[in-house]
Amino acid sequence: MAFDTGLAVLVLGVAVWTITARDTFAAVVGFVAFGLLLALVWVRLAAPDVALTEAAIGSGVTGGLLLGAHTHLRRTETAAAGELPGAALRLAAAVLCAMVSAGLAAIVLLLPEPAPTLAPQVAANIATTGLGNPVTAVLMAYRAVDTLLETVVLLLALLGIWSLAPDRVWGGFPGPHHDADPQGVLTFAAQLLVPVGILVGVHIFWVGSVAPGGEFQAATILAAMWILAAMVGLVDAPPVSRRWLRILLVAGPAVFFAIGLAGFAMAGAFLAYPPPYAKLLILTIEIPLTLSIAATLALLVAGPPERAPQR
Amino acid sequence: MSSPTLYGLCGAVLVGLGLFGLIVHPQPLRKIVAFNLIGGGVFLLFGVVARRGAAAGFGGDPVPQALVITGLVVAFAATALAVALLLRLFHETGRATLRSDG
Repeated sequence: MAFDTGLAVLVLGVAVWTITARDTFAAVVGFVAFGLLLALVWVRLAAPDVALTEAAIGSGVTGGLLLGAHTHLRRTETAAAGELPGAALRLAAAVLCAMVSAGLAAIVLLLPEPAPTLAPQVAANIATTGLGNPVTAVLMAYRAVDTLLETVVLLLALLGIWSLAPDRVWGGFPGPHHDADPQGVLTFAAQLLVPVGILVGVHIFWVGSVAPGGEFQAATILAAMWILAAMVGLVDAPPVSRRWLRILLVAGPAVFFAIGLAGFAMAGAFLAYPPPYAKLLILTIEIPLTLSIAATLALLVAGPPERAPQR
Repeated sequence: MSSPTLYGLCGAVLVGLGLFGLIVHPQPLRKIVAFNLIGGGVFLLFGVVARRGAAAGFGGDPVPQALVITGLVVAFAATALAVALLLRLFHETGRATLRSDG
């Protein structure tokens, strides 16, 4: 309990810092620390799968994205800081937000006893999926339609980002080309970390069927390794007009959707798996899905095309 | 007070803090950070509901936990789109402000 109290105070302290810091860079760094602390909270709440996702996506990749944006916008920060609303509006906002927090706190304190739960239903049916990790079973079997739509949301976000490219570079290379000193520390770190990171990603994917892990965590790690290699210029993003890239991006959701439709014939419902083949079908979905999500996440970070494709 | 309740109150405060930052910060990037803070608070409330639903040998109800994983990924996609819109605004106008009179 003492540990939990200390952790909660620390989380709130870093959150206050993130909101009140004068400097945007300090706020972004605060947000990354906030995400890592939140990952610890998830472990304390017995949700290791969420902790992995929070550390990888919520803190790591989001933090990298925000830091990258900050380097572009650094010069605009002081001008924008002058537009701070007046004291009266800030006070009104503080009162409103305190009321929102108080309302949510009241709900937390008044939650029903005993707590409603779907855990027994998950436990009763997990054997039919052939999986050992209940969270993966929920993601890939009981609530597979959520996961399918989520991968579509990722693709839609990527389409939105790509469509922000100016006409002259449409279909070109996303983001700037990075060059790092080939003898430098960052290049050395990338050469050392990327192969290890890819192995860790594959491991997290594979154990996800029985232990904490799974396709989203693995895809984020794989995407992060690609981003690291791209940052030092070891790899470059392909032009977004490449056909193989587009196939890679849609392969996961397409296989997912196709097996979902086949569920009508095999088991009588959309996304239903016949029990003897459930694990095989789930793996058949998960492998292309992991690769598609990894590519989508990496390209979401890379941003819209900035360099015209070579003719 | 139990640990899940403590973290639930923490999540409630986070939502309020994030909302405050979203309203008062003029810089769009700060608004995006604040928005992610709100998300962190909402997800934490889900986590508390999941932890309270521990049963059948699981440490928490896996259904809300899976929803949070979905939510984290979607929140990232939304953040990436917001950042791309902001950078395009900056490249078009040389400024990054949401003031309408510019």
